[in-house]
Amino acid sequence: MPENPGSSVLPHGKVYPDAVSALRDILKDGMTLMAGGFGACGVPENLIAAIRELGVRNLTFVSNNAGLDQFGLGVLLQTRQIRKMISSYVGENKEFERQYLAGELELEFNPQGTLAERIRAGGAGIYGFYTRTGAGTLVAEGKETRVVDGETYVFEKGLVADISLVKAWKGDTEGNLIYRKTARNFNPPMATAGRVTVAEVEELVEVGALDPDQIHTPGIYVKRIVAGKNYQRLIEKRTVRPRAGSKDALVA
Amino acid sequence: MPWSREDLAARAARELADGFYVNLGIGIPTLVANYIAPGMTVVLQSENGMLGMGPFPYEGDEDADLINAGKQTVTELPMSSYFSSADSFAMVRGGHIDLSVLGAMEVSESGDLANWMVPGKVVKGMGGAMDLVAGVKRVVVVMEHNSKDGAPKFKSKCELPLTGANVVDLLITDLAVFERASRREPFRLIEIAPGISRQELREKTPAHYLE
Repeated sequence: MPENPGSSVLPHGKVYPDAVSALRDILKDGMTLMAGGFGACGVPENLIAAIRELGVRNLTFVSNNAGLDQFGLGVLLQTRQIRKMISSYVGENKEFERQYLAGELELEFNPQGTLAERIRAGGAGIYGFYTRTGAGTLVAEGKETRVVDGETYVFEKGLVADISLVKAWKGDTEGNLIYRKTARNFNPPMATAGRVTVAEVEELVEVGALDPDQIHTPGIYVKRIVAGKNYQRLIEKRTVRPRAGSKDALVA
Repeated sequence: MPWSREDLAARAARELADGFYVNLGIGIPTLVANYIAPGMTVVLQSENGMLGMGPFPYEGDEDADLINAGKQTVTELPMSSYFSSADSFAMVRGGHIDLSVLGAMEVSESGDLANWMVPGKVVKGMGGAMDLVAGVKRVVVVMEHNSKDGAPKFKSKCELPLTGANVVDLLITDLAVFERASRREPFRLIEIAPGISRQELREKTPAHYLE
C-alpha cells in the first residue's frame, strides 16, 4: 500500500493509480506468475516494468513466450528475476538462451494448446484433463497416460498462479475487460487462473461505458486494474505488401 | 528435376477444398495461401487466436495488435473473428480444422513426425505443432526429400524426438508425393517429380512405401 495513507495515490476500489502500487503489497519472492501475450502482442508491459522496479526474485513465469531481449519478460531475464519459465516457444531471446544453456534458468516446455488448456482448467476449477496432444512424445514422459477407444491420451494438470498479469484494450472500474484483435491470446484464460489478477488497460473507463454484451473478461476475475501508459506497439516481424501500382507489386 | 518450393506449395494447395478451415505452418506451408484456387473459399486459422486471416497489410497499415502465429503482421477480412488461445486450441484439438500443412525434419513410414527439436542444439519449443497434429483432421507435410547434407528425411523410423506419433496423412517432398488412405495403412507413391526415376527415389528413401 502507498506509504502515505492520505495521499491521492490510494487505490479506489479495484482501480490503482499505477502498476507499482497495484503490485507492491502482494508481490513476493518465489511466486508463480502468469503473463499474457503472444510474441510482442498483448503483453502487460507496465506491470512487467513494475516487477523490475520492485526487484522481487526467483519468480516462476507461465507465459507462452519469454519476450525479446529488451521487451516483455526479456526485461526480467536481464535483471535475473526469473528462475523458471513454463512456455511453448522461446525462440527470439538471446539472454534467455544464454541463461538456459548456463543452467541458470529452468524451463518447462508445454505444447501451446496444452498450456492454454492447463490455464483454462486451473481457472475453471478442473484439476486436470486427458489430451491426445503429446502422446508418444517427450511431453508424455513421466505423465500418466490412458488408452481410450484405441487412442492414447496424456494427463495434464491445471495451472494456477499467485498473480496473473493481463493486458486489455479497454477496461472499466469494475474490471470488465475488452481485448483488441490478436492481442487477446492468452490473456482471457490467464485472467481466470490468478489468485489475484491484475489487469492493465490502454483505456480505463467508468462502469456503463462498455457494452455488457461485448465484455470478454467479466470483472469477477480482475481484482486490480490500472491504466497503462507508453505502449511501445512493437512489431516483431513487419510484413507488408506494396500498394497496387507500385513497381515491385509482389506478394511474399 | 526436383520440384521447387513454389511447386511444393502449389501441390499442397491442391489438397484444399471449398469451405475448408485450414492451419498453415511456418515456411513453405505459409506459401500455400498464394495458391488457393480462384473462387474457392478457404478460411485460414492462426493459432494465436484468429480465423479468416487476410494478406499482409499495405505498407503503413501494419497493426501491432494483428499478427499471425509466425508473429508477422497480417490483416482481417470481412468474415474474420478473434478468440483466446484456449478457444483456438479447443478448435484445433476438437477436430474442427479440416487440414493443416506443416514442415518437417523427419517423417517415418508409419506417419510419425519430427519437426521441433534436435538434441544437442538449442531448443526453441514446439509451439502449437503437437496440438495441430493431434487434432486436425488431415495432416499434410511438405519438406525437402533430403536434408542439406544429403541425409534422407523419409525414414523407416524417426531418430529425432517426435512431434506426434502416426499423424501424417500426406507427404509432399521435392521428389515425390506419398499418400495413405488411413492411419492404419502404409504410404503409397502417387506422384514423382519429372526426371526422377522410381529406382533413384527408392535409393533415396529408407522408408517403406507401396508403388
